[in-house]
Amino acid sequence: MSETVLQAEALSIGYPGRQGAPRVIAADLYLRLHAGEVVCLLGPNGVGKSTLLRTLVGMQPPLAGRVWLDGADLRTLPPHELARRLSVVLTERIEVGQLSAYALVALGRHPHTDWTGRLSPRDEEVARWALEAVDAVSLAHRQVHELSDGERQRIMVARALAQEPLLMVLDEPTAFLDLPRRVEMMRLLRRLARETNRALLLSTHDLDLALRSADALWLLAPGGVLYSGAPEDLVLGGAFEATFASDGIAFDRRQGSFQVHPPAQQRVALIGDGLVGMWTARALERSGCLLVAAHEPAALRVVIAGDEQTPRWEVMANGGPPQYVASLHALAALVRRDHGAVDTPAPPAGPGDHSE
Amino acid sequence: MANAVPVSTESPWPRLGLRPLALLVMAGVWAGAFLLSLALGSVRIPLDQVLTILVGGEPLRATWATIVYDFRLPKALTAALAGAALGVSGLQMQTLFRNPLADPFVLGVSSGASLGVALVVLTVGAANTALLAVAGLLGNLGLVAAACLGAGLVLLLVLALARRVQSSVTLLILGLMIGYLTSAIVSLLLYFSIAERIQAYIAWSFGSFGGVTWGQLRILTPVVLGGLLLAFILTKALNALLLGETYARSMGLDIHRSRIGIVTSSAVLAGTVTAFCGPIAFLGIAIPHLCRALLRSADHRVLVPACALLGATAALLADLVAQAPGTSVVLPLNAITALIGAPVVVWIILRRGAGRGVFGV
Repeated sequence: MSETVLQAEALSIGYPGRQGAPRVIAADLYLRLHAGEVVCLLGPNGVGKSTLLRTLVGMQPPLAGRVWLDGADLRTLPPHELARRLSVVLTERIEVGQLSAYALVALGRHPHTDWTGRLSPRDEEVARWALEAVDAVSLAHRQVHELSDGERQRIMVARALAQEPLLMVLDEPTAFLDLPRRVEMMRLLRRLARETNRALLLSTHDLDLALRSADALWLLAPGGVLYSGAPEDLVLGGAFEATFASDGIAFDRRQGSFQVHPPAQQRVALIGDGLVGMWTARALERSGCLLVAAHEPAALRVVIAGDEQTPRWEVMANGGPPQYVASLHALAALVRRDHGAVDTPAPPAGPGDHSE
Repeated sequence: MANAVPVSTESPWPRLGLRPLALLVMAGVWAGAFLLSLALGSVRIPLDQVLTILVGGEPLRATWATIVYDFRLPKALTAALAGAALGVSGLQMQTLFRNPLADPFVLGVSSGASLGVALVVLTVGAANTALLAVAGLLGNLGLVAAACLGAGLVLLLVLALARRVQSSVTLLILGLMIGYLTSAIVSLLLYFSIAERIQAYIAWSFGSFGGVTWGQLRILTPVVLGGLLLAFILTKALNALLLGETYARSMGLDIHRSRIGIVTSSAVLAGTVTAFCGPIAFLGIAIPHLCRALLRSADHRVLVPACALLGATAALLADLVAQAPGTSVVLPLNAITALIGAPVVVWIILRRGAGRGVFGV
């Protein structure tokens, strides 16, 4: 499991300047990828994720330092030898015309076939294995242009797999997929890494999925700092705040996600739990409430009544008469009306610091 | 295979083979068209007599042997070679540039040939009316030499550019610009020329397979066969390029070497044909589309031989129609190829529902 597939030493990435100094995007990177591992590369837009990926796959020369793939220097590997060790899935949409999904996957055998491109029985075997590995045997007959985005992406992964590489690099493999398809794709990639003992490196903007499924994360922060480690270590170490700080949104370490609702405006005590309790908490947070424990002082007390099928909510404002609402929409409206100051942008307030 | 055909449980995998049966049928149709073009013309020669002449026997009439050997056989061979060359050249350009509208002339090679011919016909020997009379006849060796020179110079220019530019699209734009440049010069030459010379040039630009002699075939044949051989060698590269240059590179393809190989093969094929037969339009763009639609394949190991066979067949048939069998009228070849070919291609592409599949257009 811990066999090193790719290793970067003192790597500097960027572009050579036309005159004068080169444009360095990140310098002095030390990176390692192990067999059987899924590593997600995350970072704000324009920070140089693509440049890093291009450098690691040998499409762009490094400014300094070295990349070792399977013990060989990337720069000295001949192209077809490199292609036997490394394959890619790109974001660009392919237009191949009249080609079955199977034939497309078989194109991945390119670095293994002779000069005529003839497929040996073993080549066809590998192509079939790759289609089976991504659960896409039923797509084999279909024309590539008839496939949906999710199916096409599966086929492109199978094609990369058919190259039988040690390392697969995927540039935003979940970019054009809907949420269920994204989860499926990540699950598939994880399974492929485990079962075929290959290293997978992928760039993504899908923070939540990456946190939940990657073995390790590389966070590329503005200024060329790269944090790497297990997702949980990075959360605890504050690497997410450092990486995405410039975006002006706060990272919630408890949730492992970025905070999208406004800073809390008032303290609300929520009494009740279970599924209804969880979604009630969500609705209240979205409406700008800071949830506190039942015994703490609070401007509002919300008690969940009724059962899971027909929930009701009892709302009491500072000892006033209880009001009853039958939906979270009504509850949110009531809460907003109660403090009424959310519409004006509030200064960033720390937890527990509220204006009323 | 149509979607309606139930997929047998025995083989869930589509066949990736070379489609020998389809290619055999195409070869058969080509052979038929070849024989037909020897039999039909201003004088009709029975097919059995054509075969007798071909195997070296004595035909019923001695003149028939002369007609076949001196006129129809060189013309049919020229048509077959030219059609195959243009079909394969067009296929290579469409794949390299990933553009369904690319044809053998996008690199400006045949514009170079036109410029060479224009320079000879419209300017050289301004005082020499005898040359003008000769120049009007297709197959004049001076014309061929000028066209070859023009095509060759543009080819060298394009190759020099292909070494330097990063993307094939840049190369495509440069080729188009070379084409515009040369046609501009031709227009200027036409503007300042006299009517007879203009007519001679226009006659050349109609295109014809008839002017090529046995002597010239000795040059045309090996050059075209060489270009086709190079195209066969490059099928693996062409297949990799189906996915675009970035993917092709990631699969270990040397993009620069492949691009130069493809450009050389395509330009030599198109340039030579233009030099000997004039600028034959339409075949180069239509044949690859027809082959993809008929074979429902994008595999160049099938498409290259298919484009060669179908291109040769189409050229033979177009020439046959241009001869207007039974009459002594000869119609402009370029008009025939497009007039009959365009509706046929539209019909086939629409009927096979392949319009969307060709490069996803």
